[in-house]
Amino acid sequence: MSSPMRIRATEKDGVVDVKVLMRHLMETGLRKDKDGKPIPAWFITVLDAKVNSKVLFTAEFGPAVSKDPFLNFKLKGSAKKGDTLEVSWVDNKGETNSSTVEVK
Amino acid sequence: MNLQRRNLMQMTALVGLMASAGLMTEAEAAQWDKAAFEAKSVDDVVKALGGSAPTVSDKVTLRAPDIAENGAVVPVGVESSLNATQMAILVEKNPSALAAMFILPAGAEAWASTRVKMGKSSNVIALVKSDGKWFMASKEVKVTLGGCGG
Repeated sequence: MSSPMRIRATEKDGVVDVKVLMRHLMETGLRKDKDGKPIPAWFITVLDAKVNSKVLFTAEFGPAVSKDPFLNFKLKGSAKKGDTLEVSWVDNKGETNSSTVEVK
Repeated sequence: MNLQRRNLMQMTALVGLMASAGLMTEAEAAQWDKAAFEAKSVDDVVKALGGSAPTVSDKVTLRAPDIAENGAVVPVGVESSLNATQMAILVEKNPSALAAMFILPAGAEAWASTRVKMGKSSNVIALVKSDGKWFMASKEVKVTLGGCGG
């Protein structure tokens, strides 16, 4: 079970600014451990943001996204104050994480 | 039933269960653009995305530092005044150029920011898809400490 995401979604002048901070090692698969063995690639692949089960934004990541990924995006007209925004991700091993936040 | 078949059935059942629990859709799991993320060069990525020769456009803005002191964490942002459906961030000299991609349904602004690893000083490229055509902006980012850990 991975750590919860931190999400902040704030609306101003009709635009909802969403900032997400995730916890994930985002291993590229290019590093080697102390014994010289390659550390397998392990990274978030797809993330999406939904309100009422409707996908409002999708990000696809490769292993070049930094460890503990940060993502900032904006929604206009598709979400508003009081909505429940749900952000979910899946990684290349099939592990998932999901969190919700109220748009403020 | 042999082991592989049983594992496959278990995985399928698990994905199906998770999909119905709303935790992960099969669509999400299936949609990662493997070909684009495994392409090596910028040209290969563009081809994998179904594009060709993106047009340099001043309607695509790339925000990135001139100098990144830590190549493991380089803040990069892309925005566009075009009516964009998709955007991408590429690091030309990384082992695989495509770092991140954003799919924009109606209601998502052409604006996104994240942090990427850069193995060494390189051009960082923003690609934006609008009306089926690809546009781009590019910026050289110098890296003082490479970010791939190798």
